[in-house]
Amino acid sequence: MFKKTILAALSSIMFAGPALAELVVPWFAYRTGAYAPSGIPLVDGINDYFTMVNERDGGIGGVPVRVLECETGYNTEKSVECYESTKAEGSLVYQPMSTGVTYQLIPKATADGIALHTLGYGRTSAANGRVFSNVFNYPANYWTAASVAVNHLLAENGGSISGKKVTLVYHNSAYGKEPIRVLEMLADKHGFEFNAIPVDHPGQEQKSQWLQIRRDKPDYVLMWGWGVMNSVAINEAANIRFPMENFIGVWWSGSENDVLPAGMRADGYKALALNAPGTDYGIYDELKANVWDKGLTAGAGDQIGSVLYNRALYMAFLTHMAIKKAQEVTGVADISQADMIKGMEALEITDAMMAENGLKGFAPSFKVTCEDHGGSGLGAVQQWDASAKTWNLITDFIEPDMGMIAPLIKEDSEAFAKENNIAMRC
Amino acid sequence: MLYREAGDFSTNYREDNQTFPIKFDRYRYYAIMLIAFLVVPFFVNDYWVNAIFLPFLIYAIAALGLNILTGYCGQVSLGTGGFMAVGAYAVYKLMTAFPDVNVLIHIVLAGGVTALVGILFGLPSLRIKGFYLAVATLAAQFFLVWVFNRVPWFYNYSASGQINAPERTFLGFTVTGAKTEAWVAYLVCLVFVTISAIVARNMTRGALGRSWMAIRDMDIAAEIIGVNPLKAKLSAFAISSFFVGISGALYFSVYLGAVEVGEVFGINKSFLVLFMIIIGGLGSVFGSFAGAAFLVLLPVLLKNVLVGYFGWQTDVAAHLEFMIIGGLIVWFLIVEPHGLAQLWRLGKEKLRTWPFPY
Repeated sequence: MFKKTILAALSSIMFAGPALAELVVPWFAYRTGAYAPSGIPLVDGINDYFTMVNERDGGIGGVPVRVLECETGYNTEKSVECYESTKAEGSLVYQPMSTGVTYQLIPKATADGIALHTLGYGRTSAANGRVFSNVFNYPANYWTAASVAVNHLLAENGGSISGKKVTLVYHNSAYGKEPIRVLEMLADKHGFEFNAIPVDHPGQEQKSQWLQIRRDKPDYVLMWGWGVMNSVAINEAANIRFPMENFIGVWWSGSENDVLPAGMRADGYKALALNAPGTDYGIYDELKANVWDKGLTAGAGDQIGSVLYNRALYMAFLTHMAIKKAQEVTGVADISQADMIKGMEALEITDAMMAENGLKGFAPSFKVTCEDHGGSGLGAVQQWDASAKTWNLITDFIEPDMGMIAPLIKEDSEAFAKENNIAMRC
Repeated sequence: MLYREAGDFSTNYREDNQTFPIKFDRYRYYAIMLIAFLVVPFFVNDYWVNAIFLPFLIYAIAALGLNILTGYCGQVSLGTGGFMAVGAYAVYKLMTAFPDVNVLIHIVLAGGVTALVGILFGLPSLRIKGFYLAVATLAAQFFLVWVFNRVPWFYNYSASGQINAPERTFLGFTVTGAKTEAWVAYLVCLVFVTISAIVARNMTRGALGRSWMAIRDMDIAAEIIGVNPLKAKLSAFAISSFFVGISGALYFSVYLGAVEVGEVFGINKSFLVLFMIIIGGLGSVFGSFAGAAFLVLLPVLLKNVLVGYFGWQTDVAAHLEFMIIGGLIVWFLIVEPHGLAQLWRLGKEKLRTWPFPY
């Protein structure tokens, strides 16, 4: 009996092939480990969005979408396993949700001809489509984030932050190191004093870093954190009574799971935003009607309406639109991996499209081209209101300093192209 | 019945001392080698190689290395992750500094660099033992990771602080980089594993291995019978680090292709390899393989069965995986504290008298 079960299990694993046409969207989830506070809302959001699409429209262009969840625990080796195991199932676009894994997958996915979409993370210079044929990081990246944060500080200080001290607390990995170069250049340009303090993976211990901040007394602290590191940092900042309104996190360091543990002491903490927070959007009615009321909610359903859940809806929306675009461009409903790249390259997100999908005013519009895989680069600033337990946008979407960032992207990507003998496209 | 010495006559010392004195064992070994080298490469795909074979083979080399130090020489080390990082960064620096030299030579040289670093961090072992030495090697672990994160020269000043393996070929076949064929990567690692295992086996049963074991069993007695502790301990550190360095180099260049030192070579890696040799069996070449297989293959198998077959939620499966593997480790250690290798040994003893045990 037992042997038969094992045999059946093995054979079904080996011979399970796609019988029906479907659009496979793989998702590197981390519901476990030190990064789970950030990973759970994302994976729930993605699942809910595509459940809604399947329930409401019967898929995209009549072909149902299957979200292929693979648990990585934010671990590189498991991510490799996930990539290999989902690759053969016709995965359309990989969203690894980790900058380190993105670096790993860029050459692999390029060799396999599969699209890679790193929304607001990953390798910044992948914005140059002339070098990176299948890697996309629209609508914004870390360099624009750094610039948006500095521009916000400039606006708050009447256009000059010369002589101020700005400290970056960062996750000591490819992710956290990414903005340092741009912040250093911005420090030269605007005359502020910049220093960076690393926090080692996974970031549960930050006493010494915050002691250093207490000694240095910076005017502003920026943070590039993820997972459990965020809530620890906000707690530590509260412990040294650092003024929260002078503490700005990147868009990965500003969700409910990060501020709630510090309670009222986190009041006034700021973070960047790629999309608006809150549940005041038409899509939430659709989700309620098609997903939650039918009992199809992913996970525990306690993440609904959180910042990262909204981020996941945005990611899913962009994937949805790209698949639609690909179907439009190629005229095939059951698109292939190569078609998906074409769709992403032709993607244009307009305000009308967002309104049509119940996301009016959710995020800025942008356009992807063969040369530019980076999108608009716009970011807003949101602030935490601890008594109402809500995030509120306190600025419009701010323009980054593209005059400085664009040449940097060009330089970095061209160096990569030269190193790896990649011919320029477009 | 099949598995016995009877009828298998040794006519010289060489035959008397061979690794597999029993005919059945010997043929099984040849068969495994034949299948591994001549059959498997024709049937593997990307998934089997990248998710199963490469991690297993590479961890087996690391476990072999640590087993020499901890299992044979009795020096507990928690610095394996750091030494693997030395191998990875050494091969990266060599690959980028001398692109014309063959990458396989670089991998061996990376092992040599790690051996030197291992000797350096092995020096305290001449004065301290046991837990205290474990803490000293723990310091090596943290120091090495910190250095590779801190000094930009090691990662060639790249903005992300990551190292990426450039594309290199051997006899016209791509060995590193994204375009590597699955079977090439598999064969490269298999060759390294085979040579490492044969070298380790022969070293541990020769004069050097005996001096290590003497130090392990009682260092004062060993010194009295004429074993030089300086030579024995430092050679154990050097040779162990050499293997660990090779595994780190393969891990970076052939398997992952891009590495972030803090996440990949952290303290968890040191513990993982230590658990491999404890579960597999201290002081046993076979144990290194068994331990690596247990800790690398079982999670993948469980994941495929729980998620792929039963269709469970991925997080439930991940949590259950921890529980099952943790439970199995405890159960194994209670039932057989000397590891899987001892179970194997007992099994073979029983087989000799089967089906008529006395």
